[in-house]
Amino acid sequence: MASLADALGDALVSSEVQPGVDVWVRVDAGAWVETAQTLQGQCGMAYFNFLSAIDWQPSPFGRDMDAVIDREDDGEPAAPADLEWGITGGEQRFQLLARVHDPVGHLGVHVKCDLEGDPPEADTWTVVYPGADWHEREAWEMFGINFRGHPNLAHLYLPSEFEGHPLRKDYPLLARRVKPWPGIVDVELMPGQDDAEDGEDGDDS
Amino acid sequence: MTAPTQTRQMAYIAGQASDARVNVELETEGMTLNIGPQHPATHGTLRIIVRLDGERVISAEPVMGYMHRGYEKLTEVRTYPQVTTLINRIDWLGSFANEVPFILAAERLMEIEAPPRAQWIRTALFELSRIANVVLFLGDMGVQLGAITPVFYAFRDREFVLNQIEAVTGGRFHPNFDRIGGLKDDLPKGWVDETRGVLGRIRSFCDEMENLVSGNEIFQARTRSIGVIPADMGLAYGLSGANIRASGVDWDLRRDGGVGLVHDQLDWKVWTHPDGDSFARYWVRLQEVREACGMVEQILDGIPSGPVMAKVPRIIKVPAGEAYVETENPLGIMGYYVVSKGDLVPYRVKIRSASFNNVSIVPWVLRGVYVPDVISILASLYFILGDIDR
Repeated sequence: MASLADALGDALVSSEVQPGVDVWVRVDAGAWVETAQTLQGQCGMAYFNFLSAIDWQPSPFGRDMDAVIDREDDGEPAAPADLEWGITGGEQRFQLLARVHDPVGHLGVHVKCDLEGDPPEADTWTVVYPGADWHEREAWEMFGINFRGHPNLAHLYLPSEFEGHPLRKDYPLLARRVKPWPGIVDVELMPGQDDAEDGEDGDDS
Repeated sequence: MTAPTQTRQMAYIAGQASDARVNVELETEGMTLNIGPQHPATHGTLRIIVRLDGERVISAEPVMGYMHRGYEKLTEVRTYPQVTTLINRIDWLGSFANEVPFILAAERLMEIEAPPRAQWIRTALFELSRIANVVLFLGDMGVQLGAITPVFYAFRDREFVLNQIEAVTGGRFHPNFDRIGGLKDDLPKGWVDETRGVLGRIRSFCDEMENLVSGNEIFQARTRSIGVIPADMGLAYGLSGANIRASGVDWDLRRDGGVGLVHDQLDWKVWTHPDGDSFARYWVRLQEVREACGMVEQILDGIPSGPVMAKVPRIIKVPAGEAYVETENPLGIMGYYVVSKGDLVPYRVKIRSASFNNVSIVPWVLRGVYVPDVISILASLYFILGDIDR
């Protein structure tokens, strides 16, 4: 990790190491491509694993994404919740998340990066890892992240006339709008059952 | 004094003309060939638009999305135990293996560990799904190249493996058997002995394939030095599984990953091949089926006794955090990046499926090959459409 921090230099914003488990680093958006070059060139991270994004703005429709009319408190839509970030923190709504791996030293690193702007923009990784091509197309259509310098930013899964970015949290799950999902009932306790019987490690979180 | 110049000029013009004539004679017409969406080589509905110059491929562009089911969005509205039902359907030939990394990621966030017996049975089912999956590939590879017989052998012998999976889980294709903290149930009576018999059949199936297919002259001519993927290209595109090991990269997460399963307690070998061509990918998979048979046999001998379920709360709430777990699935590396906010449902699940990366190299590897080789390369890369589209 120390050598990783040295190699990344000023670009490193924050990092977290879970010993024996995983490594996360968060880098500056301006140094997104340099990070990839450093990881591939100096750290032996030749293997491109995946690239995606996380939308940290919780859904305005609530957890179940049911239609408002089906909820008990069908009043005003709730005020936008505060953003809470996960490991290595964050500053912006959209975060890029990528993972590269060293197939010889058997070490993988998650790289995160905050994206500014609307639509959020980032530089493309395809110049370093050609495999990032499809992953960036997927992130572009699912999250609306614009990758500067990408050779062919076209729809991957969705029809070319599709509008919207489905994996953004404010994109409604249309099936749930039509019909609330009955499956959510399954996790409620059956009448007469008591959660306490599960013992001392019961659920109180 | 103009004569030499004129002579030279005439010679030049004649040369131009003859060049032009040759060009005209050999000019080939560009053509666009559409492969799929319904094609036996596409394992589902993958469409590939191939631009040809004569018999040679200039560019190939896969078109996906015919089977996109939006699992990453759907996981955000399912509780953790319900998610396994969805992810069963990603790689439908080796379903149980899909559940394992997700369950392991949830267990890591909850800081629960499955009891040893559950881990051993998990590994046995994990390897059985690999056998069921790859056996079909071995037969299918033959049928893509015009040999019909192997696929019937493959379907015949795969059924025995599916029967064993069904005997434990109740489902041939979608077991939905793995639980956070262990397994749904214990093994049925007599299963261990029956499975030994089935593994014997699979071993003889592998020998049959070796006799029927591997040494066949036509098969060799159609696969040797076809679709060569150098190791550095494979790594940069994120290829995994047998595809990257066939390019000489000695990397297998069952040996090098070390999460949750008991592969490190078994005696087995990671097979690699230096060539990186279609034949190498076929050959590595054939050896891996044999290794998997050996692994399951060792597991059957060594399953410890004890419970199959750890103590978990009835309502599963996963503490806030992020975890990424990847395992070496039949098709390659499959991983789940789970973001939890301490709720009943995951906040975000990134599904890193093997075939998506494996197929992303298709435009690169198909450039410059001949049309019949397109099929042999696609077949040897071995993808499942559910695993690409998710």
